[in-house]
Amino acid sequence: MSAIPAKEGFSRRTLVALMEDKPGVLSHVVNLFRRRNYNIESLTVGHSETPGISRMTVVVYANDAVVEQVMKQLYKLINVVKVSDISDDAAVIRELALIKVHAPSSVRAEIKQLADIFRAQIVDVSRESMTIEITGTEDKVDSLIEILRPFGIKELTRTGRVAMVRGALHTNGNT
Amino acid sequence: MKMNGAQILWECLVREGVDVVFGITGGAIMPVYHELPKFPIRHVTVRHEQAAAHAADGYARATGKVGVCMSTSGPGATNLVTGIATAQMDSSPIVAFTGQVPSAVLGTDAFQETDITGITMPITKHNYLITDVRDLAPAIREAFHIASTGRPGPVLIDITKDVQMAEIEFEYPKEINLPGYKPHTKGNIRQIRQAAQMINEAQRPLFVAGQGVLISGAERELRALAEKAQIPVVTSLLGKSAIPESHPLCLGMGGMHGEAFVNHALQEADLLVGVGARFDDRLTSTAETFAPKAKIIHIDIDPAEIGKRIPVDLPIVGDAGNVLRALIPLVKRASHKEWLAQIDEWRQDTYARDILLRETDEFIPQYVIRNIWEATEGQAIMVTDVGQNQMWEAQYYLHERPRGLITSGGLGTMGFALPAAVGVAVGRPGEPVWVVAGDGGFQMTLQELATVVQERLPLKIAILNNGYLGMVRQWQELFFEKNYSGTPILGPDFAKLAEAYGIPGITVEEKAQVPEAIKQALETEGPILLDFRIEREHNVFPIVPVGQPIDKMIRRPIDS
Repeated sequence: MSAIPAKEGFSRRTLVALMEDKPGVLSHVVNLFRRRNYNIESLTVGHSETPGISRMTVVVYANDAVVEQVMKQLYKLINVVKVSDISDDAAVIRELALIKVHAPSSVRAEIKQLADIFRAQIVDVSRESMTIEITGTEDKVDSLIEILRPFGIKELTRTGRVAMVRGALHTNGNT
Repeated sequence: MKMNGAQILWECLVREGVDVVFGITGGAIMPVYHELPKFPIRHVTVRHEQAAAHAADGYARATGKVGVCMSTSGPGATNLVTGIATAQMDSSPIVAFTGQVPSAVLGTDAFQETDITGITMPITKHNYLITDVRDLAPAIREAFHIASTGRPGPVLIDITKDVQMAEIEFEYPKEINLPGYKPHTKGNIRQIRQAAQMINEAQRPLFVAGQGVLISGAERELRALAEKAQIPVVTSLLGKSAIPESHPLCLGMGGMHGEAFVNHALQEADLLVGVGARFDDRLTSTAETFAPKAKIIHIDIDPAEIGKRIPVDLPIVGDAGNVLRALIPLVKRASHKEWLAQIDEWRQDTYARDILLRETDEFIPQYVIRNIWEATEGQAIMVTDVGQNQMWEAQYYLHERPRGLITSGGLGTMGFALPAAVGVAVGRPGEPVWVVAGDGGFQMTLQELATVVQERLPLKIAILNNGYLGMVRQWQELFFEKNYSGTPILGPDFAKLAEAYGIPGITVEEKAQVPEAIKQALETEGPILLDFRIEREHNVFPIVPVGQPIDKMIRRPIDS
C-alpha cells in the first residue's frame, strides 16, 4: 500500500456504498474502478443492516476531484443505492488480519507477549506455528506485522478496511 | 394466462409500445423467433448484427423512442457490441436482446456461448442475464425504463434458451422497483437563480448546446432564452439542429473542426452555459486551454458529466427543458450588441474564406453537401458516417429541424451511416433520409443495401469517394510527414454494386454533374446511390491540431 508514490492533494479516502444484493453488482463496481482507472487500495463487501442491501467499504487513493467522480460514477450504477465519503467524518475504522507465525516453543512466550500488547488473540497453535488474529486500524495491524516479521511470517491475510461513522448518524443518511 | 418466456418477451414489447425490432435469428434465440409471427411487431432482418444495433440506435435517435435489436448468442451477441458501444457513447436508448445457451450448460464454453453480460458491462447503462423465467418480465420493464429515462443509454438482456421455453403464469409487473435509480430531473432552484444572475451579469455569454437539448425536447426553450437575452448558441456535433441553423443566433458547431469564428467566440466568452453537452475533447481540445476567460454553468441530467473534464463554476443537475423553462422568467432581456458585433466580424472573415466562393472546377465535397442542402432546404434527416464526410456535412448542411442529423459522435463508428439510416427510415417513414458516407466507412457495412431493398426504404445514399481513409490521410499529410500508410483503399464500382442489389446507381465524375444527380435522386421514388468521385486529397479545414487551444486552428488556405 505504501508502494504508491505520494501525489499532491491525493490521500486515502474511505467511501461507503450501499447496493442491492443482486448477481453481478460487485462485478459492475469492480469493472467501473478498472475502466475509469481509479486506484482501489482495499474493498470489503458484506451484508448491511437491511436485508437485500450489501454494504461496501472502499478505500481509494484520490484527490477531491477524483473522489467526486468516483462517487458520481458509483451512483450511476443502477444497483447502487447510496454512496458516502466518510474520510472526514469521525469514524470507527477497522481491519482484521490473520497472521501465521513460525513459532517453535522457544519463542512462543515472546510472541504471546507481543500479541497481548496489541490486544491480539492467539487463535490457533501447532507445533511449529501460531496464528494470531488482530483487529484494529491499518497502522496497528501494520505495526504488529512488522514486529512479528523477524520470527518468520508463514501466511498472512487481511480483510481491508471496514468503517462506520461514530455517533447516531447513519451512513444511509438517517438518524 | 400461461405463457412461455418467448411469448412473455413479445408481450412485454407490445406493452412497451414497440412496433419494430431489428435483428438476426440464430440457434439460441430460435424459441423467441418462433413466437414472433403471433405478435403485431415488425421484424427487420438485417445482414449483420452490428447493423441491428445501429438500426435500433438510428431509430431511437430519429424518433425519441426506444430502439430494439435482437441476436443469437456467441458471435451474434459479440457482433452487437460495436453498435451498443456507439449507443452508449451517444446516450441513445436501445434495448438489446440476446439469446444465451441453456442455463444447464452456462459457463462450460458451450457451442456459441459467450459472456455477453460481462463483455457489455462497461458499454451498457445496465444489463441482465436472465436464467429464471420469473425474472424476465420485470427485467424487460426495468430495461425500457432505464434505457429511456435520465441520461438514456443501451440496456442488454441476455436470456438463456431454457428461459425462452419455460412456462409460467404470466403477470405483467405492476411497478418498477429500482431503489438505486432515481434520475434527478428538476434542477435546484437556488442554483437556477444563481445561474440567472450570472447570465444577467455576463457581457459575452454563450450557450453550448449538446444533444441533451434534443433528447429533452428543449429546442423551443433554448431558442426562447437565447432570443430573450440575445445569447448566441454554439453546438456540439450531436447538438446540431438543437436550434435552427439559419437562426442568426446560431453559430454552429465548435471544436476541432468548428469554424474559426465559433472557436474565437468560445475562447473570448466570459460565460459559457453548457446545456446537455459533455464538453468532450473534440469540442474543447485540451481542457486547460478551453474558454480561459469564461465562467462555466453546466446543465446536465448526468451529474457525473459535471466537472468530469473541465472545472465548472455552477453545476445544475436536471433535465434541460425543465431547467431552461425555470431560467426564462429569471433572465433579463439584453442585447449584447458589442459581443454580437464582435462575433459577426469574425464570422464575416470566416465567410470570406469559404471555399465555395472559389471559382474552381475542382470536385470539392463541400459543393456536394451544399447542393444536397439546397435541394432539401435543410429539412432532410442526414445520417452521416465518420471522418471527413461527417465533418463536411456538419460544416455545410444547416439543419432546420430537430433531430435532423444522426451521426456517431462519441465512439466515431465508421460504418454507422447505412445501417443507422435503415432504422431512421423505418422510424420516420415518408421523410427524406440521406446517407452521407465516405468510401471507407461505407464498405464496412454495405451489406445492408440488401436490407434497404428488402424493406423498401427510400434512402438517398451519397458516397463521397476519394479512395482513401480520408481523415486519417489528412492527418498523415498534416502531422505524419505525408506518409500515407494504410490509407489508400480500393473500392468497387459503387453504382454497379448498387445495381446488383437492385438499387439505381449514378457515378458522378465531375462537379458540373452534381446538381443534376441530386435532382435525379430526389425524383427517384425508392432508394438510389450516388457515387461522387471527389478530389482525392481534399482536407477538412479548419482543423485544430491535437493539444492546441481551439483558436489555434489551421485555417482554410485563401487563394492568392
